[in-house]
Amino acid sequence: MSDFVARRPIWSLVILVAVALLLWLVFSVWTPGMEAAFGRKRVFLSALFNGITLGALYFLVASGFTLIFGLMRNVNLAHGSLYLFGGYLGYSIGELTGSWLVALLVAFVVVGLVGVLMQVFLFRWMEGQDLRQTLVTIGLSIIFADLLLWSYGGDTFQVTTPDWLSGPVTLPLAVALRSNGEAVLMTYPLVRIAILVGAIVLGVLMWLALNRTRVGMLVRAGVDDRDMLSATGVRVQLVFVMVFAFGAGLAGLAGVVGGTFQSLQPGEDTRILLSSLVVVIVGGMGSIPGAAVGALIVGLAEQFGSVYMPTYAVMLTFVIMVVVLAIRPQGLAARR
Amino acid sequence: MAVADLKLEQRARATESLSDWLGRRGAAFWITAGLLLVMPAIASPFWLVQIIAYAMILGLVALSLMFLAGYGGIVSLIQMTVAGFAGYLVAILGDSAIAQISLKWPWWTAAPVAILIATLFGTLSGALSVRTEGIYTIMITLAIASAFYYLTLQNYTIFNGFSGFNGIVPPVFLGIDWGQNLSFYYLTLACATLAYGAVVYVSRAPFGLALQGTRDNPRRMAALGFDVVAHRIGAYAFASLIAASAGVLLVWYQRQISPGTAGVGPVVDMLIIAVVGGLSRPIGPFIGALVYVLLRTFSLDVLEGLGLDGRRYQLLIGLGFLVIVLFSPDGLIGIWQRLRERYRRSADTRDAQMRSGGGSP
Repeated sequence: MSDFVARRPIWSLVILVAVALLLWLVFSVWTPGMEAAFGRKRVFLSALFNGITLGALYFLVASGFTLIFGLMRNVNLAHGSLYLFGGYLGYSIGELTGSWLVALLVAFVVVGLVGVLMQVFLFRWMEGQDLRQTLVTIGLSIIFADLLLWSYGGDTFQVTTPDWLSGPVTLPLAVALRSNGEAVLMTYPLVRIAILVGAIVLGVLMWLALNRTRVGMLVRAGVDDRDMLSATGVRVQLVFVMVFAFGAGLAGLAGVVGGTFQSLQPGEDTRILLSSLVVVIVGGMGSIPGAAVGALIVGLAEQFGSVYMPTYAVMLTFVIMVVVLAIRPQGLAARR
Repeated sequence: MAVADLKLEQRARATESLSDWLGRRGAAFWITAGLLLVMPAIASPFWLVQIIAYAMILGLVALSLMFLAGYGGIVSLIQMTVAGFAGYLVAILGDSAIAQISLKWPWWTAAPVAILIATLFGTLSGALSVRTEGIYTIMITLAIASAFYYLTLQNYTIFNGFSGFNGIVPPVFLGIDWGQNLSFYYLTLACATLAYGAVVYVSRAPFGLALQGTRDNPRRMAALGFDVVAHRIGAYAFASLIAASAGVLLVWYQRQISPGTAGVGPVVDMLIIAVVGGLSRPIGPFIGALVYVLLRTFSLDVLEGLGLDGRRYQLLIGLGFLVIVLFSPDGLIGIWQRLRERYRRSADTRDAQMRSGGGSP
């Protein structure tokens, strides 16, 4: 952190000012002039929170994607299908058992197992052939999409939110003042806040696992130099299978999460895949902090775009991607 | 020394005349060429236009991808987007049923300008994506392609949003209506032949050889003084030209264009077509396109004939693609070549056995 400040004083200042401005916008009571410029504060705040929680969902999907890519150079274009599969599975399990947590767990485990099967039966035999692996994942994504359409049809599903997570919660943020001077407080769905907290906890745990444990050390070594790692006697295939299982499992878990506060339908796989592509391109491929930064930027851009310039909301994320590519082709948080 | 010999040989091949090149073609080449020329006499209009001409148009787009991937090692997914953009420009600049947007230019300005702008777009996107390498290119071009898709979907002032343009008619010139089945077939055939010839020629010209060098070893080519990035952008420009021309044909064939034409599905389908056909030779994409069009058109009947659910053709395409990628990295061309090799080898061993006196006493 201090390293970054020392290297890029101007950028740090810009970021600091932007954060301060944002905090002021969040906590201050808006004057009529500001309401005229930005619209109502409630709209601004909900765009902000929706953007952050959407970023949390994107982080869950994209971190698995970027982990698999970083270690195995495998652009898993079937990642969106794994997400959708996890979502549908979570829906079925949730209907069957009535428990959201069981659905979450089962989706993680089963989709992780699918990832193991993919790695053991397909990708292991074409190690180092990047293009061929990518083509295989394209084929798999087509097959998965059609199988899911076959079994679940074209209807829209939504995973039922558990009772203890449903309903709004009041945040200590004033959106407006009543005429008697009393503040109107912001309310926000509890489930989205829970998801945000969950994603942050998971991100911190992943960071700790990568940087403080032996397995994490092996994974980091594999990202830097796969051949050297296997030359030192590590069973690198085992590490690969574990990472693939974890990455795929995260996609499945994210499917349940996404199915809870968005919806599940055919085509959602492509949308999520494209979002995670943009997230990892913006953040830097193979980097978990990059995925977090990218997910936050993309989530915020989508939500603010849809509030303030509805026609070109989706375009905005791609414009950000092109700008990042032009200025810093390796991504914002990548080392190389 | 060996390198010098190789260079001489390649230079000799590069400068050989057209007649020499045609002289070295095998029977399969001449049979295909003859068949394509007399096709209108033997095929029904449905087969002529809906199957063969359509396959040739898709084959052209896939050919541009094959040129980039096969000779330049660049797997670009924006080729269908370039084609779609050219198609849109024909509708916008030329005439269509959406009178409030179309500028009603005559076709001989609309089509060339459309091709020019789409080529520029393809080259610029290429310049953006060559900054990154290898497998990253696939992701970035996919992202650019979907950005274009969403732009066409959401913009109503220029691209007319979800419904796109309809009522685009092929031009009438030299006294021929090029929208007729027969004339449209020959127009497509001429374009396909021209593009095929151009790709074969460029692949042997100094530019194409240098491009293949950058595919095999970019660092060494840079050390030899070649500008690797410039060669890659040049390859994008050439490929975009082919794709843009195919886009003009495509919009004349469909007579309408909408965001779905260059959506994520078709963009990925182009890669599938090129890979299934084979990325090693320019004929591969056309074979892949023919298989793809046949599958799309008849899989419903075939699947239902077999007592299966006819809606599962996407599954069939996915499985077929997976099998090809897993077992024949060179696509159908690779299978054909392997079969021929095996046949030749078995013939050779038979000859050898006969010469050595016929085996057992």
